[in-house]
Amino acid sequence: MRYLTRRIGLFLVTLWAALTVNFIIPRVMPGNEATAVLGTFRNVNPAALHALEIQFGVNVHQNVLVSYLEYLRNCLTGQFGVTAQGVPVMSEIMSKLPWTLGLVGVTTVIAFVIGTVAGVASAWWRGGRMDAILPPTLFIVSSIPVFFVGLLLIYVFAVRLDWLPLGSNYSIGATPSFSISFIWDVLKHALLPALSLVIVTAGLWVYSMRNNMITTIAEDYVKTGRAKGLADRRIMFDYAGRNAILPNLTGFAMQLGYVLGGAIVIEYLFSYPGLGYLFYTASTEHDLPLMQGLFLVYTLAVLICVLIADLLTAVLDPRTREA
Amino acid sequence: MTTDASASEISVSDGTSTVEVKRPPGRFLRVVLRNRKATAGAVILLVMVFVAAFPGLIAPYDPQATRFPPNLLPSSAHLLGTTQIGQDVLSQLIWSTRLTLVVTLVVSVIATFLSMIVGVTAAYAGGITDRVLTLVIDVFLILPVLPLLILLAAYLPPGVSSLIIVLCITSWAFQARQLRSQGLSIRNRDFLVAARVRGERPLYIILVEIVPTMTSLLAASFLGLAVYVVGFAASLQFLGLGNSGELMWGTMLYNAQQAAALEAGNPWWALAPGAAVALLGAGFALLNYAFDEIGNPALRPVKRRRRARASA
Amino acid sequence: MPEPLLDVADLTVDYLTDAADVRAVDRVSFTVGPGEFLGIVGESGCGKSTLLFGVAQLLSPPGEVTGGQVVFRGQDMVRLGREELRHIRWRDYSVVMQSAMNALNPMKSIGAQFKDTLEAHGSMSAGEIRQRSVEVLKLVGIDAAHLKSYPHQLSGGMRQRAMIAMALLYTPQLVIMDEPTSALDVVAQRSLMSKIKDLQRDLGFAIIFVTHDMSVVSRYSDRVLVMYAGQIAEAARTDAMFERPLHPYSRGLLNAFPSVRGPRRELVGIPGAPPDLARPPSGCRFAPRCSEVMPACLTRAPELFAVGDAEVRCLLYAEDVKKAV
Repeated sequence: MRYLTRRIGLFLVTLWAALTVNFIIPRVMPGNEATAVLGTFRNVNPAALHALEIQFGVNVHQNVLVSYLEYLRNCLTGQFGVTAQGVPVMSEIMSKLPWTLGLVGVTTVIAFVIGTVAGVASAWWRGGRMDAILPPTLFIVSSIPVFFVGLLLIYVFAVRLDWLPLGSNYSIGATPSFSISFIWDVLKHALLPALSLVIVTAGLWVYSMRNNMITTIAEDYVKTGRAKGLADRRIMFDYAGRNAILPNLTGFAMQLGYVLGGAIVIEYLFSYPGLGYLFYTASTEHDLPLMQGLFLVYTLAVLICVLIADLLTAVLDPRTREA
Repeated sequence: MTTDASASEISVSDGTSTVEVKRPPGRFLRVVLRNRKATAGAVILLVMVFVAAFPGLIAPYDPQATRFPPNLLPSSAHLLGTTQIGQDVLSQLIWSTRLTLVVTLVVSVIATFLSMIVGVTAAYAGGITDRVLTLVIDVFLILPVLPLLILLAAYLPPGVSSLIIVLCITSWAFQARQLRSQGLSIRNRDFLVAARVRGERPLYIILVEIVPTMTSLLAASFLGLAVYVVGFAASLQFLGLGNSGELMWGTMLYNAQQAAALEAGNPWWALAPGAAVALLGAGFALLNYAFDEIGNPALRPVKRRRRARASA
Repeated sequence: MPEPLLDVADLTVDYLTDAADVRAVDRVSFTVGPGEFLGIVGESGCGKSTLLFGVAQLLSPPGEVTGGQVVFRGQDMVRLGREELRHIRWRDYSVVMQSAMNALNPMKSIGAQFKDTLEAHGSMSAGEIRQRSVEVLKLVGIDAAHLKSYPHQLSGGMRQRAMIAMALLYTPQLVIMDEPTSALDVVAQRSLMSKIKDLQRDLGFAIIFVTHDMSVVSRYSDRVLVMYAGQIAEAARTDAMFERPLHPYSRGLLNAFPSVRGPRRELVGIPGAPPDLARPPSGCRFAPRCSEVMPACLTRAPELFAVGDAEVRCLLYAEDVKKAV
């Protein structure tokens, strides 16, 4: 129980820290970027504009602390201001969220499965061919920046071979629906972006899973399992695998931040209109409110996943229940 | 994660029973050379350093000169073709090595140093300081890096110094936990107690007594960090941030992407700097992987040798 | 003389590493009869645990059996196929490891760990499994309610007893124990050892017991093997060895342990350290530390000489040397 309260505490503190970061940055960074940006806002809902002024410290003649508290209150009531076009930040984000959620969600699950199985297998059959080739290859592949993987895939599959489309999330002129042809279209467009992400993420995960597996296999209780005459596969998964994954579930969730960052680059590369692409266009247009809203959403996503991982660990690992 | 690799004794074990094997000191270099990954990584990095130091020797043309016909495909005159405004891609690639490498090294050194200060201070001070610092580290570790980088970069003027600043801010926490653990494990060793009794100031103790014992961990941290810095720096510039015309691979990538080089039939303009970034990252990664193996023998490749079994 | 339960002949275990090949166990031979309690003693690093795992076929890379035979109930386990070996594991012989905290799976309850053993070797119904689990727990004095407990919830002594209970699930004929009492305090040690001895008396299994604690060996074992630097230094019946140790090393070991009841005397340790097994010396391995070393010891590696019922690896007992001296 204490374990869980600690993790929930960390969740809340980090959330608060992200909100505070958004408040501090405009005030700490040199120059008057914020003033310039807010000055370009026209035809904006006055309440939203006021909220932004408080957040960025523009045209506000109050004590900083008062501004801070008002800002926090705005956040808790969902008032995140508007984008340069006057659209509420959160609704803009929500409209693009599903595409990124789909892309990253599916990618992470696939990478996790591949990574776990490959990591466990290569550690179990140490000295086999798989172990000699797979870990170093994947480790190196995962250290290649994701945009390069994307570039290569685009070049090979989209430009030279022309098998897959070049960008966007569905073909121009197609109308969204739940028909098979549209879904197929969407999948075709998502394949290369997803593949880029899977390659890099799975690589990272295989490496750490393999190393943890190797350490776990050396543990005495695995030896006891062998001594008891348990079947190999039973030992591999039930004694070694499970014990190797669990402590790292939280670490895996924390890597999500890296995956989300990679998704931003990939969405830019493939012109895939999700949150990442939104972040990119916001940065080129210096749409600070939108950028800060997005930063918050990204942080929240990572935090939620970490919390879920912590919960799972608490449920599955009996040792945490005592602590 | 890693132990002092220059130890002259190693324990061979299968997890339960151990046998001591003594090695003469000074074989570290030979161990590194024997490890293929370490050698490959070192070679890559040495080549990069050479190209960065003497670009004039290798590059065929002035990288900024725009006198060549634009969008040429690779030929004997231009091994990697030319850009949209008529610059030789190969020369640009070579001359960009220096700044890219310098930025990577500067950020990695600063971030490792910060990591170490915070981690070791947390370990050494203990108590409330430790709790607070650990909390700060944890928070920074969770904050997603690229979004934070983009956000910070939006406020700063474009350029290399901004790039370095934002990268340091987001990378310092990366290795802090490992360094803190190492600090914790040696906190109560005799030589530190002796230093305290002598009345040395904490900063002295940290810098002069503790840090030298962590050299191999610091080296490993530096390498691990460098892999990420290379990728993040290039990604950030690829998205158009932190650029102001300096010659770096990331800038080349940005320009190539803006000119839609891949589709326009001039792929090498985009692929070459990308490959260079990947290669540099791989070099650091190989060394890092090898360091892990050297420090932790359990991770080393296992030789399955079939010996003829002697009969009774 | 009845057929030995276990006949180990010239067993050799090597660690094959990049740096060097280390021979951790060098042509060790011994037998264990049914119901016998064999103690194996030696200092850390002498190879006794490696020997144990070599016998039990539980070595992991880079350790490997590179020579010799381990004939258990007529079958050479070294050459047995994987499936056949798996079949006899735990049913005919079981293993108790040093630290139950490490040897028991921290994520499974005690009952679950008993269950997967029983399920691995045959089909028992859930009721039968539970019944047998409760039975073995009772043998070691643990309440059946603890089937639901996790290892970290039990005390150190209880954990070791749970491990022993698990080892007796199939009432095997041989139980191999690797320093099961080292992790316990003296009182718990004593209680555990007498429990083990009681169980042995009731159920009739043989025990191979590895330890560095001479007092345990002296009190409970029938025969004892003294190991040094991967070889057997002395093998004898326990009472004989403790009364009159033959090998200088055995004498040194006994001198280093105080006796609670005997006369007060000065404790003498054995100076020096064991040899580097990557480069074993020519000649006797104990020579550098031996108080009775002779010139021949430095060049001639002694083999095991028979002295009455015992065996000693020492040139003091070589026929030709004895005559010369």
